Amino acid sequence: MIKKTNYLSRTYDLPNGHTLAAYESVGGYKQVRKALSMPREGLIDEVKKANIRGRGGAGFPCGVKWSFMRPHPTKPAYLVINADEGEPGTFKDRTIMEKNPHAVVEGCIIGCYGIGAHAAYIYVRDELHLSKQRLWEAIHEARAKGYLGKRPMGFDYEVEVYVHTGAGAYICGEETSLLNSLEGRRGEPRLKPPFPAQVGAFGCPSTVNNLETIAAIPTALELGCDEFSKLSEIHDLKDGGTRLFGVSGHVKTPGVFEACVGLTLRELIYDLGGGILGDGKLLGVIPGGSSCPILRPDETVNAPDEKHVLHRWHGKSVLDVPMGVDTYRALGTMLGTCCAIVLSDKADPVLAFHNLMRFYRHESCGQCTPCREGTGWIERILDKLVAGEATMEELNLLHDIASGIMGNTICAFGEGAAMPALGFVQKFRPELEAYVKSGGKAGTGRLAL
Amino acid sequence: MAPKSARIPMSFALTPERERELTDILGRYPNKMAATIPVLHLCQEQNGWISEDVIRFVAERLEVSTAHVQGVVTFYTLFNQKPVGKHQVWVCRTLSCALRGSDQLLHHCEKKLGIHAGETTKDGKITLRTAECLAACGQAPMMQVDKDFHENLTLADADRILDKLRND
Repeated sequence: MIKKTNYLSRTYDLPNGHTLAAYESVGGYKQVRKALSMPREGLIDEVKKANIRGRGGAGFPCGVKWSFMRPHPTKPAYLVINADEGEPGTFKDRTIMEKNPHAVVEGCIIGCYGIGAHAAYIYVRDELHLSKQRLWEAIHEARAKGYLGKRPMGFDYEVEVYVHTGAGAYICGEETSLLNSLEGRRGEPRLKPPFPAQVGAFGCPSTVNNLETIAAIPTALELGCDEFSKLSEIHDLKDGGTRLFGVSGHVKTPGVFEACVGLTLRELIYDLGGGILGDGKLLGVIPGGSSCPILRPDETVNAPDEKHVLHRWHGKSVLDVPMGVDTYRALGTMLGTCCAIVLSDKADPVLAFHNLMRFYRHESCGQCTPCREGTGWIERILDKLVAGEATMEELNLLHDIASGIMGNTICAFGEGAAMPALGFVQKFRPELEAYVKSGGKAGTGRLAL
Repeated sequence: MAPKSARIPMSFALTPERERELTDILGRYPNKMAATIPVLHLCQEQNGWISEDVIRFVAERLEVSTAHVQGVVTFYTLFNQKPVGKHQVWVCRTLSCALRGSDQLLHHCEKKLGIHAGETTKDGKITLRTAECLAACGQAPMMQVDKDFHENLTLADADRILDKLRND
């Protein structure tokens, strides 16, 4: 059931909604007082109850992540916010930065206190100039008002917030790569362990949270974290609250919408997204950014076992399963960033596959051989396929190459490239074979309608 | 013997205003190396691209090796390693935009400007490039012109934008 909400997006439609005055007119900055009056452990326990699954894609519970932070005898701690929004199909964090940047600042103050840090760095991709400007304006406004600095709101707990910019590298959205980039290095991912909570930014204990995650913290505290979590249809799966849902591609009304967790893809596509553009039917949907394997509307849930997380939806279409971290993992895909890309059947799935694999070849950082070479091999086979020059053997190689990347790289980019490749190979095998047999003339030959 | 960087006369310097900004940037981080990317942006804003002189300047000011700076410059796509046009145009080509006509948009821009993506017009006014997902998927197709996003574009919109740039 669609339950649209208006917490994170409450300033979106206000005139000058990005200003401190607008944010305070809707109750902003009240949660700093509440949070900083609590003992740190109490705050973390409260945030755990919100069941905020990380909004950047991995879906790790925010409160649990905070609890990994231990005070270090000599080193400071850092809060690092990931706003390197670059996952194809994802455009939700940008709306927060442009239209509600003070929620980010308030979340940063609370987050710093929660993890024992005195400085937060918001890593924004360089291309988002308006976002960076709005965040800096918010920081300056908050500082002028005494909400940031030595004594935020009179509390003896110094907090500084800075915006740091990248320079055009998708890989910097990966948290260890982002940390290297923050330190002024090439954005190549680091081996884990050590995890950022032990050795993060500048060699110090750090927590990396997605921007939407941190911006949701004030709302969770305002409602009471347990109440916030219960807004979700799948609160019992520890996937709570409200979040931003994005939909793009072949829908009539693409955009970002805030709603309770538990919305289904069918609701996102046909209700919020207004249905399929033009006179086509739904061919497939990439549910949460391009790294999530594509779903086809004719897929149904097969979970006869009563203990299976999806048993409640056994026999139903995958489009009717609530969009959650664990539900989607059980479906063999991922919720990712919760921003769906919709393909009409007038579009050519082989060209969509080609487009995405070109992206991954371009963005592989080149550190690990399986990913650097594998993404290139996949792209070159697809180049040939689209040109009508590929053979059946080469088509079969796609599966082998993608499988060879999985699990053999330092960071999750390898899986992020291989999983959607395997999804296309498995779910669009007939279309791919038809391409080979017809010399590249089998599909509609276009992506745009 | 003096260090190599000292023997080569420095021919790049920031304007006083940007010097102040550099000081401000350095104040944000626990060490100087962390300022590499923001300072490179600052220099590129002034110089248009990252020349050898800029690399030496950044290395000296941040007390890091030129190899480190060079490594960073070559890793990130937004640092220009050669001179570019007065205006930068990026057309997003990733899936959400492609589903909404970015291929047609790019071809239209290429034809109108008489160049391919990655090239600069002969008059040095416009460099046209493709970009990977610019987080504007719901407003596709789109292009970024210098610091501004132009969204929900028709080919006529693109014509207007490019004409304005050409006459600038």
